[in-house]
Amino acid sequence: MLPSDLKPEQFNGYPPEARKLVTAYVAALQRLPLSFLPNLLREAIEYDFKFPAERRALEKELANLSSLSAEQMKDWLLGFAQIRLSFQLEHSDWVDAPGQFVEQLSSYLWTTHQLDAFRIAALAYADRLRAAVPPEKPPAPRLGITVIGQGVATHDEPLFRKLRPHGAYFSGIQPENGLELLLHAVAARAKAHPVPYGHWYIDGGQAAYDPALTCVSYHALEPARAVLSAKIRAQIERPGMGPEALRTQLAQLRPADLGLGLGGDAVLDRFQIKMLTEGSGTQVFSTTFAQWTAREALRRAQPLTLLVRFAPRQRQKPMNEMLSAGHDVAELDPLGSLIDADMGAYYNWLNLQRLPGAEQSSFLVWFEGHSEALAIGPSLPRGTKSDAAFSLEHLLSWAS
Amino acid sequence: MSFHISPQGAKCRARLASGRAFAPVELARQLAWSRREFIRSAAGVALGGFLPPSSLIARAGIPVSKRKVVVITFGGGARDQETFAPEGQENIPHLMRELIPQSTFFTQVVNRGILGHYVATASLATGVYETINNFASLPPEHPTVFEYFRKDLKRPASDAWVVAPSNGFNRIGESSHRSYGPGLGARVILPKHLLSAATSGGTDYEHLLRDNYETPFYTPEVGGSEFALQQLGMMLKLSVDDFKAHARTLSSPDELSVYIVRQLMRQLAPSLLWITMHDIDIAHSGAYSLYIDGIRRTDRLCADLWKTIQSEPEYAGKTTLFILPDFGRDSDDDSGGNGFQHHRTGDALSRTTWMMALGAGIREGVVFDRSMESTDLVPTLGSMLGFSASLAQGKPIPELL
Repeated sequence: MLPSDLKPEQFNGYPPEARKLVTAYVAALQRLPLSFLPNLLREAIEYDFKFPAERRALEKELANLSSLSAEQMKDWLLGFAQIRLSFQLEHSDWVDAPGQFVEQLSSYLWTTHQLDAFRIAALAYADRLRAAVPPEKPPAPRLGITVIGQGVATHDEPLFRKLRPHGAYFSGIQPENGLELLLHAVAARAKAHPVPYGHWYIDGGQAAYDPALTCVSYHALEPARAVLSAKIRAQIERPGMGPEALRTQLAQLRPADLGLGLGGDAVLDRFQIKMLTEGSGTQVFSTTFAQWTAREALRRAQPLTLLVRFAPRQRQKPMNEMLSAGHDVAELDPLGSLIDADMGAYYNWLNLQRLPGAEQSSFLVWFEGHSEALAIGPSLPRGTKSDAAFSLEHLLSWAS
Repeated sequence: MSFHISPQGAKCRARLASGRAFAPVELARQLAWSRREFIRSAAGVALGGFLPPSSLIARAGIPVSKRKVVVITFGGGARDQETFAPEGQENIPHLMRELIPQSTFFTQVVNRGILGHYVATASLATGVYETINNFASLPPEHPTVFEYFRKDLKRPASDAWVVAPSNGFNRIGESSHRSYGPGLGARVILPKHLLSAATSGGTDYEHLLRDNYETPFYTPEVGGSEFALQQLGMMLKLSVDDFKAHARTLSSPDELSVYIVRQLMRQLAPSLLWITMHDIDIAHSGAYSLYIDGIRRTDRLCADLWKTIQSEPEYAGKTTLFILPDFGRDSDDDSGGNGFQHHRTGDALSRTTWMMALGAGIREGVVFDRSMESTDLVPTLGSMLGFSASLAQGKPIPELL
């Protein structure tokens, strides 16, 4: 089936809000190339479980596409229209299973050497969309905070090497009650700017729950991770199971399948499931979980505040052993985790910089329990150092 | 909206939602230029210019029939930031200080194919961008370098070997091409398979049996434990007990591969030997420290193998060593990826790699930054060893001939 054959009733299998959204734009969807449309539907089918920022972006994108004349539509999507698709792709169930279509399209683009053409088309479209529908400016400057090095007493290598050119490095920070202070500052921002899913706290270990914040922690998801590991082990033992089939199976898991969904926040539950089923390494390494979750929270929810605290991950072992989820206490690797988290902090800053209002945003990274920190902000000098004694409060006030 | 692209068969996502449109060719050139400038300053090598064609064999003084070639894929995907860029040099001290000064170095080797490890290594071995499923147990569709070598030069099966890290590589030795294929390819050793057969998966060895980081939950089984043990005893002259005892002293799958390679060199001395490293691919787990450990280990193992080549009588003075990655990893700047973790965006950084050649007939301390393709390797080996890679897409590299 081609997009031109689309009818409203074909979206009856979509969740209610998603169905309402796409059926309002069927006429526009009918005009889109097949190499493009399922990517859009892949987002739309998740509309009921999307964060407010994502919802607004999708609504605006559909409205924009709907407003284009036939000539404009052709111009905007020329690169996609030139992608050659297979008979099999054209006849797959891309309306009800757009995610699977995109998976198959990915394979097909690589195999037929059309990936570069698709990339160019995608980037050109994104640029035009950004110009036509400028991203929303945040209601207040964003603040990112990353805490690294939990459990590390000493280390030899210099920290924050990738971030130092962008901010001010401090080696005389007073570490007492540092975490509490940062949590308090984040909670205060949440109260000052009450935006749904606007203030996040992600912990690679056990989080200190605060109802004002959107909290995600590796520790709290331990039961879900155990269920997931058991499901993965069962799946890979099935005859004929391969990585692609496993991937498809994982993508179909819902919060209830992993024992979630009782907390009353369907959007956050769905988000957490995706961290575990779509992230690579998030199931076994807490550092990877914290970094990937921060990346996805920034990309999707576009929060005003994000506090990420890395915790020591388990020492590397063979994958089967890490997945076995035994009851033994896992041996930890604090120094390796510090290196992981140092890079994770850099990625958190990079991803913060990708959001609207980046020029006003601030970032702080602190070596937990120690005197080293680095702050980046519009009023802070770049590439500088200070060994004077300061509190984290000072840094926060300068950065924001 | 974001766009989701993953390597063929990998089924994992990347996004192409934002970021300025770029010119991949220009980025690749910049990357090559940076590598060149850094290598020139750090390793003290010269920029290569036009070379009049000359005979490598004449320069080396070694008859074609006596020549040997060892290819190491610096496998698993490593980026410039962690290797040849100034901040990455600390991770590759052996390449920088020992090998590059003795080598001809190419700064801009572009892989235009699928960026999955098995299919990309198969492409390196055939000189054609293969399109087979990266995670299926399938042979390459085009003749491999091993088949050209053996068929054209009438070499026995014992003269071409592949040592590969992952069970998924068990079919890389020979293609499904009707004019070549079964009986004409290389013998393939999967050291982890050997170890598994020898130990029945004892807990002392699990750190050496890590596999397939791209899809860490799934490892295809390879049958034939009996044959594996036969390889161990009859060909490598290793008792199961000795093998197990030595394996216990090693720390990674690639170290196990290098151990097997040394045995192969001593016992069978194949003329064409291909080693695929894979430890670096632990990056897929998202643990940066483990990725860096993998790069440092691979750097050390490459130097160890070069020392072995120089010290083994069957190889010393008549062997050319090639070291090249199968591809890189995603850039930090591409919002569609997640930096070092994967190689899924197909961006310029993940496609642009390097190659060094050293040993018999190779000029030392020279850098070339013209663009070439990873498929050029097989035709170059053909010109060096005297066979015709007639179905390969690449071209012989004149600077090495």
